[in-house]
Order: sequence, then structure tokens, then C-alpha cells
Amino acid sequence: MTTAPDPRRPRPVSGDRTAAHPVLDAADVTRVLTRMAHEILEKNGGADDVVLLGIPTRGSTLAHRIAEQMASVEQRTVPVGSLDVTLYRDDLRLRGVRALGRTELPPGGVDGRIVVLVDDVLFSGRTVRAALDAIGDLGRPAAVQLAVLVDRGHRELPIRADYVGKNIPTSLRETVHVLLAEHDGRDGVLIGPADLSRQESRQESRQESRQDTSS
Amino acid sequence: MMRHLLSAGDLSRDEALLVLDTAAEMARVAAAPVKKLPTLRGRTVVNLFFEDSTRTRTSFELAAKRLSADVINFSAKGSAVSKGEGLKDTALTLEAMGADAVVIRHAMSGAPHRLAGWVRGSVVNAGDGTHEHPTQALLDAFTMRSRLGRLEGLQVTLVGDILHSRVARSNVLLLRTLGAEVTLVAPPTLIPVGVEDWPAQVSYDFDRVLPKSDVVMMLRVQRERMGAVYFPSVREYSRRYGLDAARMAMLPPESVVMHPGPMNRGMEIAAEVADSPRSTIVEQVTNGVSVRMAVLYLLLGGAMGGASE
Repeated sequence: MTTAPDPRRPRPVSGDRTAAHPVLDAADVTRVLTRMAHEILEKNGGADDVVLLGIPTRGSTLAHRIAEQMASVEQRTVPVGSLDVTLYRDDLRLRGVRALGRTELPPGGVDGRIVVLVDDVLFSGRTVRAALDAIGDLGRPAAVQLAVLVDRGHRELPIRADYVGKNIPTSLRETVHVLLAEHDGRDGVLIGPADLSRQESRQESRQESRQDTSS
Repeated sequence: MMRHLLSAGDLSRDEALLVLDTAAEMARVAAAPVKKLPTLRGRTVVNLFFEDSTRTRTSFELAAKRLSADVINFSAKGSAVSKGEGLKDTALTLEAMGADAVVIRHAMSGAPHRLAGWVRGSVVNAGDGTHEHPTQALLDAFTMRSRLGRLEGLQVTLVGDILHSRVARSNVLLLRTLGAEVTLVAPPTLIPVGVEDWPAQVSYDFDRVLPKSDVVMMLRVQRERMGAVYFPSVREYSRRYGLDAARMAMLPPESVVMHPGPMNRGMEIAAEVADSPRSTIVEQVTNGVSVRMAVLYLLLGGAMGGASE
């Protein structure tokens, strides 16, 4: 099997996370989220009608953090919810059954609001596609926008993010690990080699990059 | 998750909790403006009902439809079964039509187990004779957990026709797995032989059990299954084993009253009890749809009929 190494970086040798190298440290993650919060406020002219919907597990955590930042700037609370897209995925038949995450809409729902979807890593775009379908069944937002901490490229659908924390060009063989203090004890973004034993499809490697979504 | 759901006893604690957690998410769909998920698009679920059951069949049908599966209802009346076709040939016919799951209700205990050996799809036991009714036990456990917040350590009392009750059998097995303690209360004639081996206590005195029950589940007296006389009169049964307002007052304040339906008001349960705020009877019907959605999703959602291992 030949890999497609990134010439700018030396290749780590083993599959464990210690071989992964950091792209963002904890301070970077905080700065990036602060900037994204300001961008959301700027683009929408404030927080009126804005609802953040995070995709479990790490997307929900990020949505709460961004909402806190927005709230401290605007001196008002910003509604946050979570949206599990498992039942809308197009790869259920390929990948087998998964436990569901939580779907919780903030009071007032999404009708007529500006929904900002929040996820940790944007990869194939299939999760976002599923999320758009799920939102359609929950109501009719005025607009849907997308915020991601990391855009790693390799889109399979015509989907782009409105707010990107960090563009990280990757090869398909690499994985992106987003670490958040609430789940992993610390903040950071790492790039590591794919776990070859689990790399059966691109969905697999995407799933790998999101770590244990069931936690 | 397993390929079939035949017995509540087949579920491990983790599997049972996965069904309940999944059902909790499915319940949100019932509150959404669009009560439909695309999850099982293109899958076919056959409701194979050899016994009348509007409630369970409708519940399974609604659950499958909310997940976008195609549903075929097949009842014994007016089908080739009344022309003498056996279960196996019926099964093979459905198999040839490409059923991904068969939900079966049959008067003979064990029919779903036989069916599971003949078809490639998943088999869900929707009640077989006096044997088991696992989705009822799951929806009962779901209802207890949502009302009382826990299952571990709950004191659950099942009252009535234990002998003929598949609901009782499945509930005893599942509640045991989930850590609740079950007491069976019935006239001696309606307690099955071999009950000593069940993971449950037996009592003949309803009034003594009431004050320590978190859940009282009243079972229907199944007159259609009773060839012989099991108790002297309806009036006597009702006096000793029926739940009326006076008995309900002996329950701890937080406890709930359940009934799998259909109920005989005035016999095993008094109307004022069935309609009281403690009663979960209507919730049980609502929860039944969510739990059956969870079961169908977990069996059919994945690759090749659900086997994810």
C-alpha cells in the first residue's frame, strides 16, 4: 500500500496518537473559537434570531463554547441546541447500527431563525448533508449556516462552511483528532496517520477523526 | 445488537439499555412537526398476525412507517392461512417477496423461534401464545424509567393472570436484567408451575405487597385462554386481586399503576384508578411506538439485517 505523504511534514511512524503532531494547541483553539464567534455576530448583524445547533458529540461542545463567547460580547444569551444526524445518514446500511446522540432544540425551535450548524471537522460533507435534511424535518429556518473548527478538504458533496476555524490540507490517509477538554482532558487539534486497521472507507476515516462519538 | 428479538431474556443489560436510550431519542420524533425519519427507506417490514391485535399491530405499523419502511400487513383471516397454509410456507412466501423484517404474533408459543430459522430477515416476536412479548416488556421498562427516573432497585408488582401472561414472563426476564425486583401476585390457580425458578417473589396477598410497590402492573384476565375455571367468580377475583381506589391509596406516593391493555374496567382495575394521574396506561401506548421504532432501527438500521458484529 502506498501512502500519499505530505512533503512538508515528516511522516510519523506508528498509528497511536503520540505519533500525531499538533496543529492547534489549547490557546489556539480558544483564539479560533473567539474569532468564529465574532464572525458569526458580524455576518448576522448581532445575535438576534441566531440559534447554534451542534452535531454531537464534539460539535455540541463547540456550539456551547461559541455561544458563550457570543453571549459575552453581546451581553445576552444565545440559544444552543444539539442535532443528532445518525438517523439521516446515507451510510447506515454500510456501517451498521450506531447509538444515537441527543437532539435538543432550544425553546422557540428553528422556525424563522438563523441556524448555525457547528461541527468539529468538515470532511466529505455527508454529515452536513444529513444535518440539512434533519433540520428540514424540524422546521423552516430563515437561513442555515455552517461553522467548523477544522476544514480538512476532500468534499464529496457541494457543501462549504461559512465559518472555518482552521483550514488543514490533509491526505486521505491522515486523520484529524479534535481534542476538547470536556471529553479529552485538554484542547487541541492533532494530525496523525490513519489507523490502517479501521480504514475501510472514507466514512471510516472520517469517523476515526471524530474519535468516539458515543462518549 | 442481535439479529432477532425473540425473548426479553436474550437481551443483555447493555442491549436493553441501548433500546431504551434509542427509544428516548425516537420519542422526540413524535413531538416534531414532521413525524418521519428516512432511516429505513427501502426496507420492508411484514406484520404477520395470526392472532387479533389491533393495538400491537398498529403500533408496529406506525413505528415502521415513521422510519419510512414499507409495511405489509398480513393477517391470518382472509389469507391463505385460512386455506390451510402452514407457517413455514407462509414464511417462505414472505421471504420470496423480500421482507427485511417479520413481526409475528402467533397463538402458539415458540412460533417466532421456528420462523427465525426459516427466513433471512429479522424476526420480532410480537407475542407468542402464553410465552413472551418482549417489546411490551421494553415499553413497560421505558415507561417506568421515564416516570420514576430509574429501574435499578425498583419494586415492581405484577398482579393477575400470570399463568397465561406473556407480558408477565417477558417483564420478569427484562426487569431482572435491568436490576428491578419483581413480585408476582395472583390466585394460586393463576401462578404457573415452576414459578420457583423465576427470578421473582410470589405472594397471594395483594394488600401486603402494595405499600412497598413502586410500580403495580395489572394484567388482564384472559378469559379467551381459560378453558377451565380458575377462580370462583369475577366478583371474588375483583375483591381480592382487583385494584380499586382504596387499594391505590395504600401505594407509596410516587408509585405508578400500569396495564398493558386492553383492560377490563371494573374487573382487574377500577375505572377511577385507570383514569387517575398515577396511571400510565395511555403513556404506555405512546411509548410503545417509540420503543418499537428503536427495535426496528437497531435490527434493520445496519448492514445486512442489522448484524453489526
